[in-house]
Amino acid sequence: MWKWLHPYANPEVSYHFTNKLLPWLSALAALFLGIGLVWALLFAPADYQQGHSFRIFYVHVPAASLSMGIYFAMAIAAFSSLVWQLKLADASAAAMAPVGAAFTAIALITGAAWGKPMWGTWWIWDARLTSELILLFLYLGVIALHNAFEDKNLAGKAAGILTLVGVINIPIIKYSVDWWNTLHQGSTVSKLGKPSMSLDMLWPFIICFIGFSLLVGVIICLRFRNEILARNSIRPWVRELVQQNTVK
Amino acid sequence: MNPRRKKRLAIVGSILIGIGAVSGLVLYALSQNIDLFFTPSEITQGKKETGLKPSIGQRIRIGGLVVPGTVKRDPESLKVSFKLSDMTMPIEFKDSDPMVTVYYEGILPDLFREGQGIVANGTLAEHPPTGLSIEASEVLAKHDENYMPAELAEAAGQKHDKTTYSEKQLESKKTNSY
Repeated sequence: MWKWLHPYANPEVSYHFTNKLLPWLSALAALFLGIGLVWALLFAPADYQQGHSFRIFYVHVPAASLSMGIYFAMAIAAFSSLVWQLKLADASAAAMAPVGAAFTAIALITGAAWGKPMWGTWWIWDARLTSELILLFLYLGVIALHNAFEDKNLAGKAAGILTLVGVINIPIIKYSVDWWNTLHQGSTVSKLGKPSMSLDMLWPFIICFIGFSLLVGVIICLRFRNEILARNSIRPWVRELVQQNTVK
Repeated sequence: MNPRRKKRLAIVGSILIGIGAVSGLVLYALSQNIDLFFTPSEITQGKKETGLKPSIGQRIRIGGLVVPGTVKRDPESLKVSFKLSDMTMPIEFKDSDPMVTVYYEGILPDLFREGQGIVANGTLAEHPPTGLSIEASEVLAKHDENYMPAELAEAAGQKHDKTTYSEKQLESKKTNSY
């Protein structure tokens, strides 16, 4: 069943695969982000009560949901690394952690900037905001553990266990607004049935969301490629690659 | 799968299940305390499951909808009072609903209006004619998850006007500020 995946457990094959993937992903990300952001920030209609301030939604919501999505992907990588001891899974988790941390920080900062004029406060310790802050600390912990050990396998194991322990936070973030009463509003887009947004505001959001997801893909591919090279620097194929590139 | 992998899978699996169970129980036990605010009916009648009721003089947060027609503003200062009722869907205001009056002095957030969700932070007090009230030190607006362009909102009969302040009212803040 898993036969088609097996070649990608080889670092060299994975490296060349990401190399081929990158230009496509980058072009698509630039296209979607370009169209989406211009549409969202300049042409989408303003909200009836928030005015133009609501446009922060187009950055805040993709950043927040991607911060959870990246964590989930990192947890899957950590799981397969712990069970099957795939070295590449460790490398990919190490590649994802800082990207996730950055998007969590973006979600928190844009949220605070919106909260001040709309709610009347930068920060409130409600369930949604607090659990998202915990997500940031989890990311920072995972990054720290990846760098705390000389031995990359040991580091991957330690960071992997922390990642798996922290995965329980993801459903808490997602459902905090439904389980408890919070100052943060409920989901607008990802709820069953009709989204609570008119279509001319929703379309730019969808395009922005795809754009940001592709951007995350690009950054993770770049970092993953570097991780592979750093971790295999003594292998002959890496040396060959370096020589080819320096001769040019 | 070979036995070593199976063993590791079992270990990782049981860690995940264990942590899931533990945090589920913790959250269940704490669920009353994770709520950010009391609703007006919880203040007057106590929480549904436990009957827990805040006492007079206690510092609490209240969350509810501003009842239309109850916002009273002092023309000379930034003092304002309004009644809150529970946020229930569909939005309906009845005189029989449990209500709590909020007294506040200060600038209201942009999203404040009648019918809007509000979270106020203050001490619970009892004023005999009006019943339970909150002397608020902070009023926050709770945004609902609905976004609408202005034209569409107008067609649906919804309008939002920012609260405006006269020179005199703003002046009173400067003289009162500490």
